[in-house]
Amino acid sequence: MTRHALATIGRATFLAVVLGFFSLPLLWLASAPFDAHPSITTSLPEFTFGNFRSLLDNPYVMSSLRNSLLQAAGSAALVVVLAALAAYALSRVRVPGRDALLYVLLLLSSVVTGTAAMVPLFELATRLNLIDTHLGVILTLSGGLLPAAIFILKDFMDGTPTSYEESARVFGASPLQILRHIVIPLVRPGLATIAVWAVANVWGSFLQPFILLRDPDKSPGAVILYTLYTEGGAPRLDLISTFSLLYSLPVVVMYVFVSRRYGFRFHGGIKR
Amino acid sequence: MISLSGLTKEFPGGVRAIDSLDLEIGDGEFFALLGPSGCGKTTLLRTIAGLETPTSGNIGIGGADVTGLPPGRRDVAMVFQDYALFPHMDVTSNIAYPLRIKKVSRARREAKAAETASRLSLSELLARRPAQLSGGQQQRVALARAIASRPQVFLFDEPLSNLDARLRLEARTFLKRLQRELAVTTVFVTHDQGEALALADRIAVMNAGRITQVGTPSEVFHRPADPFVAGFIGSTPMNLLPASAEGGELHVAGAVLPLPRDIADGPLLYGLRPEYADLSQSALIGRRDAFSGKVAVVENLGTAHLVTLESGDLLIQVVVPEGDEPAIGASAWAVPRPGRALLYRDDRLLTGA
Repeated sequence: MTRHALATIGRATFLAVVLGFFSLPLLWLASAPFDAHPSITTSLPEFTFGNFRSLLDNPYVMSSLRNSLLQAAGSAALVVVLAALAAYALSRVRVPGRDALLYVLLLLSSVVTGTAAMVPLFELATRLNLIDTHLGVILTLSGGLLPAAIFILKDFMDGTPTSYEESARVFGASPLQILRHIVIPLVRPGLATIAVWAVANVWGSFLQPFILLRDPDKSPGAVILYTLYTEGGAPRLDLISTFSLLYSLPVVVMYVFVSRRYGFRFHGGIKR
Repeated sequence: MISLSGLTKEFPGGVRAIDSLDLEIGDGEFFALLGPSGCGKTTLLRTIAGLETPTSGNIGIGGADVTGLPPGRRDVAMVFQDYALFPHMDVTSNIAYPLRIKKVSRARREAKAAETASRLSLSELLARRPAQLSGGQQQRVALARAIASRPQVFLFDEPLSNLDARLRLEARTFLKRLQRELAVTTVFVTHDQGEALALADRIAVMNAGRITQVGTPSEVFHRPADPFVAGFIGSTPMNLLPASAEGGELHVAGAVLPLPRDIADGPLLYGLRPEYADLSQSALIGRRDAFSGKVAVVENLGTAHLVTLESGDLLIQVVVPEGDEPAIGASAWAVPRPGRALLYRDDRLLTGA
């Protein structure tokens, strides 16, 4: 009996610690932006909007959000379109060694955009005149995301019976019509997943834009966040917390929107 | 009209799904491709549709050679085994899809879809998605979609196999009437001999990529061209017993039967449907034309019983009317009705006996 009670208490304590561990930073993110003197601890704020005002005085803040949006949207569009086409082909055409190819791509993708490849990537971008361009960042990040995106989408495509497409073919639909009328509507939840995932990934990436972009006018939020320090090198917690809040809101809004609009609505096929 | 000549389909790896096949299917005919799974019947249907490219040979539809044409330009409509209704479109859009491809205006194709749907009593369901329909309704939508494209030829892949057993009979009658009304050449694939016999005007029985027999249901049922067809057709499997012709008499499983004329002495295969024999439970004195054995199994068929007799190493099956079924283990005699047995030599039908 006591053992049972102790176990329950132990479990509850453990869960409370874990919950606190994850919720404290979020609590800080919610309170610090409105605090006149934020510190690294969470406390009841001296309520003020002053932090937002001083943040907007920074000339790069709003443009960095725009840059983030541009780079994230560009990469997501590129990843969704290319991954959908590649996954469709890989799912429907018999290519020898297809699975091996996919696994190797997946393995390499973590290397390609990783720190290890940054020097050759920088070299490549320099030669292609892509340094200091949004396109350079978009291509580099997309390249890293594509293998996993193809892998996930191929699974979605494998799950839709080929008889849908064959049926449309017999009625005379062209490959592009089949893609537009049949395949894309069927894998739309998969496409939405990939788009959200790509946006979230690009939104949070720091190293690639930090290295590929010199002009702070083109830098995304993640890089600008890094500049919010005093000359002495101390973090300006008021600006950092406020900017972090601003910076995380679009991603949250996107998640809510996409899961409302597309999320988890699967069209069931007939049992085969 | 569909004509196939020398049609061969070899899959990578050397599997011959269709082996130099010749076939003519007449205008308006309801034609069945019947065979066990893996015999190439579905591949043949898909090759006619253009979903598979033949390795060699030609396909003609309505007098034109369509061998090199893509499926969309062959003027055929196919109903798939799983119906392949587009799950994200409602019934109207599904039925109207062939017209959408033909660039018919939205108003006209919706009117056309509604008209076709009413013909198949689907009017109430026009706004539903396929997932909200029963199996039978889904099948009718798939048929309506095929009809809406106004093809020269219908191709049905196992049209009834996804339905419940009870619904299947209803759908069979419906399908036969629909085909007669539309009078469009229709080819369907089935592994169910009962379905083929019931629906088709003519049947092609396929085995291992070849057609073993083409004929009307009655021809295929009464005069199967070889032991394979004999064993495949019929709701109860035909008795196929080793026999021999000696001196004008036919010796089968201990019985001596009259031998038809013009059959040389030698080994034979004797085929007799269980329906074409009578069971006697009392010894038949002085008669040699009966198979004697012990009752091993009695299976209830509803209005009749299928009795399996054990005669030495051989099993002989007889259909017995209800009320006459013997006890298990009892001795019984099966008497073949005259003129109903079939004789095969070297896998070819010689004659009836």
